[in-house]
Amino acid sequence: MLPLLLALGIIVISGCAALTAWNKPRLSSCIGAGGTVLGCAVGIIPALEVLMGGATRSLRCAWSMPYGSFFIELDPLSAFFLLPVFFLSALAAVYGGQYLMKYKDTKKLGPAWFFYTFLVASMVLVCLARNAVLFLIAWEIMALASFFLVAFENEKPQVRRSSWIYMVATHLGTACLLPMFLIFGAHAGSLDFDRFAHSLPQPLASICFILALIGFGTKAGIIPFHVWLPEAHPAAPSHVSALMSGIMIKTGMYGIVRMLTFFDVPPLWWGWLVLAIGIISGLLGVLFALAQHDLKGLLAYHSVENIGIIMMGLGVGLIGWSAAVPSVAILGMAGGLFHVVNHALFKGLLFLGAGSVYQAAHTREIDHLGGLIKKMPWTGACFLVGAVAIAGLPPLNGFLSEFLIFLGSLRGAISMGADVAVPLIGAVAGLALIGGLAAACFTKAFGIVFLGEPRSKTAADARESGPLMVAPMALLAAACIAVGFLGFCIVPAMSGVVTGILGFDAGPELKMAGGSLGSITAASTALLLLLACLAWLRRFLLSGREVGSSVTWDCGYTAPTPRMQYTASSFAQPITHFFGSLLGTKKRLQLGGRYFPGAAEFATHTQDMGYEKLYRPVFTAVKQFCERFLVLQHGRMHLYVLSIVATLVVLLVWQLR
Amino acid sequence: MHLEAFMNIFFGIVFAPLLAGIISRVKARVAGRTGKPLLQLYFDIYKNFRRGAVYSTTTSWLFRAGPIVGLAAALTALAIAPPLGSAAPLAFTGDVLLFAYMLGLMRFFTVLAALDTGSSFEGMGASREVFFSALAEPVLLLGLAAVARKAGTLQLSELLAAASATSPELVLVLAALCIVFLCENARIPFDDPNTHLELTMIHEVMVLDHSGPDFAFIECGAALKMWVLGSVIVGLVLPGAGENAWLVNGAAMLAGMFVLAISVGTVESVMARLRLLRVPQLLMTAGALSAFAFILVMR
Repeated sequence: MLPLLLALGIIVISGCAALTAWNKPRLSSCIGAGGTVLGCAVGIIPALEVLMGGATRSLRCAWSMPYGSFFIELDPLSAFFLLPVFFLSALAAVYGGQYLMKYKDTKKLGPAWFFYTFLVASMVLVCLARNAVLFLIAWEIMALASFFLVAFENEKPQVRRSSWIYMVATHLGTACLLPMFLIFGAHAGSLDFDRFAHSLPQPLASICFILALIGFGTKAGIIPFHVWLPEAHPAAPSHVSALMSGIMIKTGMYGIVRMLTFFDVPPLWWGWLVLAIGIISGLLGVLFALAQHDLKGLLAYHSVENIGIIMMGLGVGLIGWSAAVPSVAILGMAGGLFHVVNHALFKGLLFLGAGSVYQAAHTREIDHLGGLIKKMPWTGACFLVGAVAIAGLPPLNGFLSEFLIFLGSLRGAISMGADVAVPLIGAVAGLALIGGLAAACFTKAFGIVFLGEPRSKTAADARESGPLMVAPMALLAAACIAVGFLGFCIVPAMSGVVTGILGFDAGPELKMAGGSLGSITAASTALLLLLACLAWLRRFLLSGREVGSSVTWDCGYTAPTPRMQYTASSFAQPITHFFGSLLGTKKRLQLGGRYFPGAAEFATHTQDMGYEKLYRPVFTAVKQFCERFLVLQHGRMHLYVLSIVATLVVLLVWQLR
Repeated sequence: MHLEAFMNIFFGIVFAPLLAGIISRVKARVAGRTGKPLLQLYFDIYKNFRRGAVYSTTTSWLFRAGPIVGLAAALTALAIAPPLGSAAPLAFTGDVLLFAYMLGLMRFFTVLAALDTGSSFEGMGASREVFFSALAEPVLLLGLAAVARKAGTLQLSELLAAASATSPELVLVLAALCIVFLCENARIPFDDPNTHLELTMIHEVMVLDHSGPDFAFIECGAALKMWVLGSVIVGLVLPGAGENAWLVNGAAMLAGMFVLAISVGTVESVMARLRLLRVPQLLMTAGALSAFAFILVMR
């Protein structure tokens, strides 16, 4: 336990030191980023040891907090979530060191680093805490630290609005967690997690499960509680978006999975529910992503989609668990958890890439970008790796976790009765559709942003980011490729994690899945060899021949301009039109000129469904109810004093009664 | 592993371009023309391999990488598509998924290469391609899942071998897969490979700017894609003739593929292409067929 506490200490102290150096931006960045990297390097060692089969470690100290105890534990499940936390936090810190330099004259960087380190430390503590009070304190620090990070550019009204939406949404989630822990605590007689296991009888267990789904699901970003994601991710600085989307939302997933270890074998409808939430989140997430014009907004909706995929994995696992089909349960859980790590890698990479694009081209509007791969070759190549990975295509890591979920669902779908087979075949169809749409969305994102001709002056003047921003992206891209090829080693090593959740040995099943993944690695290797051969063949064929260059074929039109290129909106239009009833996209078309065409204007805007259909009506109703009490707020001091006196008299009389 | 496991790879590489020749010959005959030579695509590929190339100044390395990735992915898919009567060299539990996603990888890079030209036409084709294939992918997997449930296995070769008995479910799956086949290979009623208006094309418009060896790679890749998807359909219909009858299996495989090509030619001769807005409806119909087949198998 000592190395982990040491890591936490280093991270927190470096944050405080960075805060004290607030008027020296370069120094405070060095301290903040350096301390985070050092702390993460120290902390990742015990996590790896436990995952490799080391013993679970725990530490329990007395604490003067009522009902609280400082009880932390590092078991395979915690270690599995800590791995991406440490890895991505360190890389994002390095990236942030350079990214924030742009603000060194206009902003104080000390607080930014202070909150960054506290965000990292609180995420570590969330994964380690084994006492509800400690957990909730860490959870709250995490929410507050990320709130202040989102509000970094608080001089912009849009950013202020986004950070408040995030603040409200995340606390609504926490509001569901409190009663859940209280129910657990009341039945177990303690708020320590080790007393929770198997303590709840059935109707209460289901209520707690629903509360956990809403509470943790809000943080994770399941539909319809996802409203804060498309607001907060674009507003935050990019390395923070990477951290929030890559791992902070996964703490919600961690919470749900940790809750699952407290229950007995779940009833079948839990699995149905989780799977349905997963399919809906995945599908709507990718559809809303397709309709976005903002590059970081698109990535934020893809986080919703990927959380949906992880939920689908958990749902398949739950269905298999309650139907007593171990292979389905193990493959679903393993696939969902593996996707947690994979998503952290490629989404972290993509957000860092989007940040580089934003700093280079000063806009996140996809339709104003283009041709960046020539100006920013490294960012472009890394973003491409992330795009292929997130589209779930071989040979990268995204395919492997989706493969496991597919395999688990198909196993159940081809062998079980209708109550199990129907949801599972739904998962297969849903995942296939989500995969196809994700490929559409990332051909759009990469193709319009990086390929073609620049669509604006700022995009044409873009330059490659500095080495400290490129290196973390390159490392993440390398990790995506490495995981894609090493799946056959990684998945069998997850048996401790899955066994810890399900309670029966997952080793043999995961070893078999590892066999399939080995064949995939063989196919991927074959693919790479073929690529090399064909590339050589092409070079050989073209050597010594005439290779000319010309303009793109334009049907003989003589004066093409970059503005005539296909835009992201037009690329996605067939899909957004087809699913128009779900998206509710608003169009505004203004044609100028009466007899001859003049200046025309066309704009589309897709409002978030969760915000429009759930949050806005609820909050409007609350506001309308509260407005009735405005009569009391009239501003006359003597009447306020009178009402205070009246209240006191009433209370006194009530007490003396 | 027997040598006959590699039969489909050999057949695919040698005979894949012949399918396009057969299709156009059938269409010509129905229209009362003589038609181009059966081996025309071989001549085209040979000619393109011997040429130099012209690149648009807009393009980047991705434009050059697209055809290479596409062909490599198609060749890998070919190693997963099983020959009649034996397992493919790359056969494992769940190879169905790798098969579908390899074709997805091919499409991803073809689309990116198209977008790299900055042409509106190619953007248009790319946009249609990703939309239609996103709808086609669930159909393919649902259909194969129905067959897998019947066969009780998730390995493509075992699954197709067990499916060869005729049953109402399989007829539905077959219909759905044939629709996917036409869609994925850009045939009528989805796309007309011989149309002359860039605005209406899907696949052909995406590769407008490729030339020389790059274009030859694309033609090879497209022919192979038709072959691998076709061999799944043929494997579904024809029963294998046991382990050692490789001569019979090989002949049956080739005959099946040629019959498939003739049927595609016939479909193309008697049908017009659909309006683009109607295409999703046809794909949804195919999806309904697959889902219905799965329900039937679940009885």
